[in-house]
Amino acid sequence: MAALEQLTKEYEAARTDPEFTAELADLLTNYAARPTLVTEAKRFGAEYAGGARVLLKREDLAHTGSHKINNVLGQVLLTKRMGKTRVIAETGAGQHGVATATACALLGLDCVVYMGEEDTRRQALNVSRMRMLGAEVVPVKTGTRTLKDAMNDAFRDWVATVDNTHYCIGSVGGPHPFPMMVRDFQRVIGIEARQQVLDATGRLPDAVVACVGGGSNAIGVFHAFIPDEGVRLIGCEAGGDGDGRPERTAATLTLGLPGVLHGMRTYVLQDDEGQTLDTHSISAGLDYPGVGPEHSWLKDTGRAEYRSVSDAEAMAGFAALCKTEGIIPALESSHAVAGAITLGRELGPDALILVNLSGRGDKDVATASAYFGV
Amino acid sequence: MSTVSEAFGKARAEDRAALVGYLPAGFPDKSTAIRAALAMAEAGADVIEVGLPYSDPLMDGPVIAEAVYRALRAGTRIADVFDTVQAIAAAGTAVVIMTYWNPVDQYGTDAFARDLMNAGGAGLITPDLTPEEAAPWLEASDKYGLDRIFLVAPSSPEHRIAEITAVCRGFVYAVSLMGITGTRDMVNSGAATLVRRTREHTSLPIAVGLGVSNREQAAEVAGFADGVIVGSAFVRRLSAAPGPDAAVTAVRDLTADLAQGTRRR
Repeated sequence: MAALEQLTKEYEAARTDPEFTAELADLLTNYAARPTLVTEAKRFGAEYAGGARVLLKREDLAHTGSHKINNVLGQVLLTKRMGKTRVIAETGAGQHGVATATACALLGLDCVVYMGEEDTRRQALNVSRMRMLGAEVVPVKTGTRTLKDAMNDAFRDWVATVDNTHYCIGSVGGPHPFPMMVRDFQRVIGIEARQQVLDATGRLPDAVVACVGGGSNAIGVFHAFIPDEGVRLIGCEAGGDGDGRPERTAATLTLGLPGVLHGMRTYVLQDDEGQTLDTHSISAGLDYPGVGPEHSWLKDTGRAEYRSVSDAEAMAGFAALCKTEGIIPALESSHAVAGAITLGRELGPDALILVNLSGRGDKDVATASAYFGV
Repeated sequence: MSTVSEAFGKARAEDRAALVGYLPAGFPDKSTAIRAALAMAEAGADVIEVGLPYSDPLMDGPVIAEAVYRALRAGTRIADVFDTVQAIAAAGTAVVIMTYWNPVDQYGTDAFARDLMNAGGAGLITPDLTPEEAAPWLEASDKYGLDRIFLVAPSSPEHRIAEITAVCRGFVYAVSLMGITGTRDMVNSGAATLVRRTREHTSLPIAVGLGVSNREQAAEVAGFADGVIVGSAFVRRLSAAPGPDAAVTAVRDLTADLAQGTRRR
């Protein structure tokens, strides 16, 4: 609690400090390659999405290959500001781990990344990248050996090391102030995208679609559109293998119940006695039984809709985008691509859909090759 | 006065620290856990802390985390935890449940408190419940006359210690070091400081946990605290034992050894 109080105080001071915000803005522009592009997916829209006009927010083009760098640069600068020398992180797909390792290399901080043993196997490329960047990767062998267990071990590290260590949480989950702080660092996605869509089309989109695991890319792109009541916000959760049982998915908002996990009250995939369920998704980055509490609020107020997208639908979206646009999306982002296919067919050719393409899929090529047998 | 308060009072009257022993329900199996807890009580433990196995035990290190994971995989349910509490209470020993909050939240705080009271349990240790989120539990524990043990840590500032001790009943759980269970083999010197700081805010007994695994450490903690909490050292012995009888014997022997340590002064 003392560490969280300190972090809250430091973050409140930093966010209004012109020097801090200028330094972050400079890194986002000159290091992370912001603003990222908005690309129109013409063939994809025509051939797969019912003729709808589909625009892609290209977070896959940000440095390190996903939106994760936006948050990490903010938190690592904050770490330096607090005088701490060591950063720890949890990672599922490895994108947040790579981003954290990158920022620590840039700013000269020690970095340890906790990753479920299961995930180190299915995202081996990112493990190598983190090690190249000088980070220590700790395979987590407790519990289900996936993202939630990596988060458990990162918390266990942190309570023993708070004096010199910052825990750089990668999503909009965990105890306050993390959900708010990470949201703030990711808001840049939606702020840029809203203006870019207006510039390109002269109007706001009918819907904004994003994948939701913990929910950081989704809240990042949604946030600027929340006051625009005519814009539907649609989060695509991992529906897993289609078996139908909650424990074969990671569809927390669709199938979970309110509870407490990792220091937040939010929807949780849990059994009738409050035990967290095992989850399943073909995408390691969505394989998490909780979700950022702001998404729970958006669901309960009806401002956002959440849908479940199966492994098979996501893989079909992955293949479609590869073949029509020459863009290999991350498996996580492929859930949003699949969501756009369904939505485009519902809305028809007059629709304008913005998809947050949260990351690139190089890391997933082995999984996809095995899936498609190519 | 609760059975926990009586147990601390008895230890104080005998000029020693109370020994608080932790075991997870359902590990290595339900009946062995109960036998081990009864052996613990016979060999000198004053209070038994029954762990409610939870899927994400953030405060626990690998020893306890692995044990509760196995207990859950073997099908341990909350009803089994209450059965365990009932067996210990029926033998006349003060018993509390150590639980993360989500299982209580899902069960229903009032129903959980009612069933705990009916089982003869004295209260709850709640490592991940903060006083500001605890209103339903404060109400239920008042209604059913249960103790509520919150944790203070070396990093807790004065205002935090004041807020935490204000809502505690039974005893205060002082975490001896910044970290998780079962990973240290020495008692941190900060523990004595924390106990001294905590005493300025409360007249409740203060028990120290984390980092106590043998008689010498128990004696050291007994020199400045009202209670000595031991968990991982017991679980380690349960895990290492070749069978249920050996597990019970190992727990009994360690308890007797630790109880010697608490008789300082």
